[in-house]
Amino acid sequence: MKQLILGLVTGIMFGFLLQKGRVIRYDKQIGALRLMDMTIVKFMLSSILVGMIGVYLLKDMGIVQLQIKTTILGAQILGGLIFGLGWGLLGYCPGTSAGALGEGRWDAVWGILGMLVGAALFAEAYPALKNSVLTWGVYGKITVPQMLGIHHWFVIVVFVLGTILLFRWFEKKGL
Amino acid sequence: MTSNDGRGWNPYLAGALSGLVTLFAVLTADKFLGASTTFVRTAGLIEQAVDPERVAGMAYFLKEVPKIDWQWMFVVGIFIGSLISAVTSQSFRWKAIPDMWAERFGMSVPKRALVAFVGGIIAMFGARLADGCPSGHGLSGSLQLAVSGFIALIFFFVGGIIMTRIVYGRGGRR
Repeated sequence: MKQLILGLVTGIMFGFLLQKGRVIRYDKQIGALRLMDMTIVKFMLSSILVGMIGVYLLKDMGIVQLQIKTTILGAQILGGLIFGLGWGLLGYCPGTSAGALGEGRWDAVWGILGMLVGAALFAEAYPALKNSVLTWGVYGKITVPQMLGIHHWFVIVVFVLGTILLFRWFEKKGL
Repeated sequence: MTSNDGRGWNPYLAGALSGLVTLFAVLTADKFLGASTTFVRTAGLIEQAVDPERVAGMAYFLKEVPKIDWQWMFVVGIFIGSLISAVTSQSFRWKAIPDMWAERFGMSVPKRALVAFVGGIIAMFGARLADGCPSGHGLSGSLQLAVSGFIALIFFFVGGIIMTRIVYGRGGRR
């Protein structure tokens, strides 16, 4: 029960910020994919930067543990591409569709219904995919620092600097 | 195309604060943000209501058990949080057609509904194949420096850029 309340509270905070950042709108999501408006990229990368530094600090202090998803090239490349193709049609992603509905953009309802059907279809296809695509290029639960064999703070510093340069470029180009 | 409902917050600020929400979730519930598994659980709950025996025998629903959990409530919370923010800032708009869509395809509701529905099917199938969406892989995976997260995030955008080129054509840049 406590977990459920925590989930709800976390979602309310996240949804509030998504709406404030104006990142849950079709125009913003498709604007990014058309390379016209980088608002959602700015939001995502800022979120990642703060989360990355915070989570790795907490991990180094022994307070939290990482929860890494298994790298399966077939899954992430093919699944990623398929997701992207659908995202380009829908203009909302799973989390933002709920937020879009919250600010009255009710075309998200069609997307939510479609996503439920998509989830059901995947459940039907899962046994076949499990023995095919989901076995292509399995590398386990690996991180970039593990893959490169270097310390995680080195990767984080490079990531932070790279992202700041990208942000400066966005602002210079007025994206 | 510009809307008259205020400018919202700086996306860098709102994004950075959402990074703190990630830390809150990890510290309080030992959870990273994600959304797409909730759609699997919901589909399972609906199917269960119709044919519980069939669902009980399906491998994917044994892996992702149909139930209401932390993430399910998180997704409901996104709806509520967005609603609170929109209503309190007078930016709530009851809209069936996004502006950018209307400019290109007009105000037909069935046309938008069909494309959004089909897009939703494709997107969720892909997200489940990838084992995550822009929240689970894009944010939570990348911030943990997971290889899976970065690969998925890149291909989400590759697929999206390809599709918007098909839908809107080239020369999107202003």
